[in-house]
Amino acid sequence: MQFPVISVIVFTPIITSLLLLIMPGNRKTEIRVTSLGAAALDLSLSIWLYFSYNVSAGGYQFVEQYNWLPQFGISYHVGVDGLNTPLVLLTGVVMFTGVLISWGVDDRPREFFAFLFILATGVFGVFVSLDLFMLFFFYEIAVFPMYLLISTWGWKVTREYAAMKLTLYLFIGSVVALIGALAMYFNSGLGSFDLITLETANFSVGFQRFWFPFVFIGFAVLGGLFPFHNWSPDGHVAAPTAVSMFHAGVLMKLGAFASLRIGIMLLPEGAKFWMPTIILLTLVNVVYGAFIASVQTDFKYVVGFSSVSHMGLVAMGFATLNREGLIGSGVQMFSHGVMTALFFAVVGMIYDRAHTRQIPELGGFAKKMPLVAVAFIVGGLVSMGMPGFSGFVAEFPIFMGVWEFKPWIAIVGAISIVITASYIIRIISSVFFGKMPESYADHITDVKVLDKVALIFLSVLLIVIGVFPSIMVPMVESGVENILRLLGGA
Amino acid sequence: MFGSINTSMILAILPEIMLFILAGFVFVFDLVWDDSQRRNLGWISAGGFSLIIMISLMLGTPGSDSGLVWGGMLRHDWLGFAFKMLFLFGATITALFAMDVEDLGKKGEFYLLLIFSTLGMTLMASSSNLIMLYLSIEATSLPLYILAGFFKDDDKSTEAGFKYFLFGAMASAIMLYGFSLLYGFSGTTDLDAIAGVIKAGGMNPVLLVGTLLMILVGFGFKISAVPFHFWAPDVYEGAPTVVAGFLSTASKAAGFTVLIRVLLTSYAPASDTWMMVLAIISTLTMTLGNTLALAQKNIKRLLAYSSIAHAGYILIGVVAISELGITGSIFYIIVYLITNLAAFGIVSVVGRITGSDEISAYDGLSRRSPWLGLAMLVVFLSLAGMPPFGGFIVKVLVLASAVKAKLFWLAFVGILNSIIGLYYYLIVLKHVYLYRSENEQVEIPVTRPYAIGLIVLTIGIILLGVVISPWFNVSTIAAKVLF
Amino acid sequence: MSFLDNNLLTLILFFPVASSLVLLFLPGKEKKLIRWVALLASLVPLILSIILWLNFKTGIKGFQFEEHYVWYSAINSSYHLGIDGISLTMVLLTTLLIPIAILASFNIEENVKAYMVLFLLLETGLLGVFVSLDLLLFFVFWEIGLVPMYFLINQWGSEKGERELWGGIKVKARTYASFKFLIYTMTGSLGLLLAIQMIGVVSGTFDLPTLFASWTTLNQSLFGLPIETVKTIAFWAFTIAFALKVPVWPFHTWLPDAHTEAPTAGSMILAGVLLKLGAYGFLRLVLPLYPVESKHYAGALAFLATMSIIFGAFSAFGQRDFKRLVAYSSVNHMGFVVLGIAAAARVQGTENAVIALNGAVLQMFNHGISAAGMFFLVGVIYSRTHTRNLDDYGGLFTLVPVYGGILIFTSMGALGLPGLNGFVSEFLVVRGSWPIFSVYTAFAMVGLLFTGAYVLKGIKQVLHGPLNEKWIGHLSEISAREVIVIAPLMVIMLWIGVWPAWILNVINRAVEVLF
Repeated sequence: MQFPVISVIVFTPIITSLLLLIMPGNRKTEIRVTSLGAAALDLSLSIWLYFSYNVSAGGYQFVEQYNWLPQFGISYHVGVDGLNTPLVLLTGVVMFTGVLISWGVDDRPREFFAFLFILATGVFGVFVSLDLFMLFFFYEIAVFPMYLLISTWGWKVTREYAAMKLTLYLFIGSVVALIGALAMYFNSGLGSFDLITLETANFSVGFQRFWFPFVFIGFAVLGGLFPFHNWSPDGHVAAPTAVSMFHAGVLMKLGAFASLRIGIMLLPEGAKFWMPTIILLTLVNVVYGAFIASVQTDFKYVVGFSSVSHMGLVAMGFATLNREGLIGSGVQMFSHGVMTALFFAVVGMIYDRAHTRQIPELGGFAKKMPLVAVAFIVGGLVSMGMPGFSGFVAEFPIFMGVWEFKPWIAIVGAISIVITASYIIRIISSVFFGKMPESYADHITDVKVLDKVALIFLSVLLIVIGVFPSIMVPMVESGVENILRLLGGA
Repeated sequence: MFGSINTSMILAILPEIMLFILAGFVFVFDLVWDDSQRRNLGWISAGGFSLIIMISLMLGTPGSDSGLVWGGMLRHDWLGFAFKMLFLFGATITALFAMDVEDLGKKGEFYLLLIFSTLGMTLMASSSNLIMLYLSIEATSLPLYILAGFFKDDDKSTEAGFKYFLFGAMASAIMLYGFSLLYGFSGTTDLDAIAGVIKAGGMNPVLLVGTLLMILVGFGFKISAVPFHFWAPDVYEGAPTVVAGFLSTASKAAGFTVLIRVLLTSYAPASDTWMMVLAIISTLTMTLGNTLALAQKNIKRLLAYSSIAHAGYILIGVVAISELGITGSIFYIIVYLITNLAAFGIVSVVGRITGSDEISAYDGLSRRSPWLGLAMLVVFLSLAGMPPFGGFIVKVLVLASAVKAKLFWLAFVGILNSIIGLYYYLIVLKHVYLYRSENEQVEIPVTRPYAIGLIVLTIGIILLGVVISPWFNVSTIAAKVLF
Repeated sequence: MSFLDNNLLTLILFFPVASSLVLLFLPGKEKKLIRWVALLASLVPLILSIILWLNFKTGIKGFQFEEHYVWYSAINSSYHLGIDGISLTMVLLTTLLIPIAILASFNIEENVKAYMVLFLLLETGLLGVFVSLDLLLFFVFWEIGLVPMYFLINQWGSEKGERELWGGIKVKARTYASFKFLIYTMTGSLGLLLAIQMIGVVSGTFDLPTLFASWTTLNQSLFGLPIETVKTIAFWAFTIAFALKVPVWPFHTWLPDAHTEAPTAGSMILAGVLLKLGAYGFLRLVLPLYPVESKHYAGALAFLATMSIIFGAFSAFGQRDFKRLVAYSSVNHMGFVVLGIAAAARVQGTENAVIALNGAVLQMFNHGISAAGMFFLVGVIYSRTHTRNLDDYGGLFTLVPVYGGILIFTSMGALGLPGLNGFVSEFLVVRGSWPIFSVYTAFAMVGLLFTGAYVLKGIKQVLHGPLNEKWIGHLSEISAREVIVIAPLMVIMLWIGVWPAWILNVINRAVEVLF
């Protein structure tokens, strides 16, 4: 029997969280070190997984399957393919850097890390699930720690409101999707929740068209699809740094990924029917999100809305239902995850020092913390879709896909690139350059070594993917082939 | 009348017999012990209950036959047996939680009443005759009326007891009238035989619906379904917390057993008639319970309304009238019983120290007592239907049964309600985790019985949610009895 | 030698990046060390490109030194490099100017490390455009070059000056200029990006040699539109992107701001190389990919080019700021490049076309040399006087005779004095364009007249006239380092002016086979 690497990745965080909970709450250093150790373990395992995945063989690998509720056709079934392997890696990366960045959390770090790790287990679980029920199971696990993390450790002004809004939005989305999933289960008559089995279900066209919006949109709420994106900027802003990183970096991918895996892969005919509508929504996402981001004065809101805009691109790529678009979305999920984690890390570092996030009140940080500035610039360039960075590698195929599908949408959508460039440049020049306000100029210190490690790690990833797309793209491509097969076969 | 008594008949009522013996023990020890030792009656009761569970599991499991015993009065089947074990488990925990309650933990009569009430419930679960059914319901209720009003010097408790009694008596009377009409028109008190009569078209449809509605009043009172729920918040608030916990779990579960049994055996042929009625009751119960829970400031009232809402969810499974639906409902009852017991246990622990049941008394709980905070987290998230806790899987199952029966609207009502539910459960957790209080330095001690009970329950909640298969199996076996 | 032969372009392209990584790990306080390492690092690509030049075979048609590796297989884009005569000239120009610019910026004191790193990255970005034979790769380098340039202007640009935006917010002039530069260029490239995507979708490849054959002969309706319409739209998308970069009137407004606010070395590269990217884009992409459209719209392009020449000259003449004057002169001179390209597009394949193109490419090279020189000389005087206002100078020739001599020499090269480089290329352009766009060429000649006028005006205001007394004793002569910077440029100006054949040989073969 092969080493159950996926299960180890999935359950390491939750076991760690139990371990943390039985540690005495005042041993803060030990708690942090334990957390970091667990995160490092998960990261290295996910890196190992990433590089051991056999791209040329494709398909689901490292599969594990155990009975869970056989009477109801539920099994513990995990495996990775070309689409979710990068996402597992992403989660490992964000988790590791998130722990590094949260070193300074001083209010009940034990609970903080424990909840963060429960969240991580949920996220890993969703990405590797090959069982519909299991996917929901982990999906919900990923949602509720969010509430506590945001409401307890978040930004005092809006945390209660934002946490509740976020949780309810996501919960509504997921239960609506759950009804759709149950309908699929019963309609298929296969008596199985197994995704691979359900792919062969051959639902009638009418059934698919009826249920597709429930399932797709239910999950796309978490992906930030317009007009259900409302929770996301508020949630991002209110969350503590590591949670924002997780939230925008990984959690939104969860929604996008699930809507792909469940919505598009299981209901391909429905997807074909609804995509012209969905692509319009995503266009609004992309352009409107960028526009709203450009008029914000709160640093974190800018980043939050930029996530809405970029996640719109992911959904737009899905909506094309063609090879280029899907590949682009696959890469974009990873790229945006890393980028936005980097952004939120930077925002957190600046807020911790300046105690304000209003862009007009910030300035001159490049002198005090040069590395942070460089990291943010790298992230910014990714966000602008600058060639040579991962954002370009991802967005270019998406737009190619859109060209194939509806050329005018590509043309309108491209406007967002310029808008993004303008607000990113505005932030870079007014936050990092210019003059630092005297009120806090004296007591701004550079970031700690751990923060630097995290930032460098994230930036390097973004550049490496941008320069050598062949590290990731063939893998995503192998995953996309499977989707195309389903789309073509139905 | 019964003919000769054989072992299978004895085994069928083994739990009941042992409960009697336990009552004898408690009675004797209550006499011989002085006040300082009487707290140990709790250990005896709890130990006794769990011993009964173990012995019954070893010896008294039902066979595969119809299990009709004692002249058709009782039925020794898995449906009844599973519920009996559940009631006993509830009683075990309740006895543990009662031990350190002032004015209650050291009173022998409390434990005796608890045992007798449990005895009634076990009989309810296995009754297969209208007369036996009525008797067992009354045998359950009478001790509970007293328990609800146990604190004689406390106005609220007295009010609770009285209110419960009045409501109960009223509902019971209407139900009894329904029983008598049913007997009058069908000519039999046997549940199965009634089904035969209905199937043969031997009853006027108007009468059929009439008797059904009357009986539902009685059952609805027990499970606190809308519109027979008015007593619940006041009684829960006024009654001793442990008793409220028992009322909202074991007693409610008992109500569901008889509801399921009567509807799915006697009224099974007329299922089209009552399905809509029950669906509407379910919708109203969920919606009203959740909506009113939103406004509550007192945690016991909040739990009361939440328990009303949960009755609504459980009814979804019944409405689906399928093996999956009943499986879901039974599983739901198991999870609900364990979760809600834990909830009231925590309320009891906190209430002892803070002297308040207001939600604001929970401010800063996670700082005062991280473990209690965690237990609260587990319990409330399970109630909200979040994995990996039991609440998730059972909600999925009842919703699945609704979807399978193509009752999509009911499924959507269910999910809308669970969203409202999530909202107020999270509000409570916000108090526990986010808000600060002045008494943060004051720890909340958890005595040993509470600790044991809460640990067992919390682990149970997680086990129910993660290791699904065995529980699902038990529920399926119990549900199969009816189909 | 075979490794070097096979990977020469890659070496030239990525050596700067590699050395910038080395720089990153040097201590930031060792300014001297950093400067010298950067200079030496930038000399390596120069040496390599001289080797490239020597090994380049002028007789062969098509691309040489090709390299072809998998890069982005999912969308059939590959790492495909190769050069012909045009790109070779541009590569040489770039690798020549970068060390000179780095030497010119030895007086930078603030954050030297970041400055040098950015400069080296910029070099890679610029070179990449010239050597790419893959449409997507071209775009990658096309955009990436913007970033270091943005920061060079934004961080090391002139300290003084404020610009008032709408709403009365005041920002530093360099912030304003760099923002305008970036957003203008990015907006311009947007059309290019979309057109590239469209071509990629339609053709399934980004490989330029393949596209030259397949895209031009493509004959089917696309997206429900006739192929002509699609091609015309794509043609304009390309054209506008490149016209913005050149810049052609009326897309030139970013240029004076950016040039003026950039640090001296930045302006040198901006004028010397960055503007050439646009013209190179016309030559490498627009003409081969859209022969029909460019023929059709050559007239419009020629019109814009003429307007650039005339307005550039007029605007330069009207400036009071020395650096702005030089900046506008770039608009004027680049106009000739575009005019030559437009003329060649109209009469593809004829002798006139070849002459015009020869002129255009040579003009690109020449302008690169002389504009870099001019900006450097402006920088030299600015660093001493801290003013760029022409009225503040006057009669400086007596104070700084060597500088004065160099300034006059360089200006004459820019002006097109026979015997220096500018004359050769402008003559070729005019000679090639005259039979085709007689009227426009005639107007361009008028523009050339004004070129003389503003150059002379500049010289007069700075060097001659009454001596501005306040500079006596405050103005030092040009330093040895600065002479070393300008000397190679002057040599090349003279060399090309006297004997242009060495470079025209290389260019000529490439432009003959462009169509």
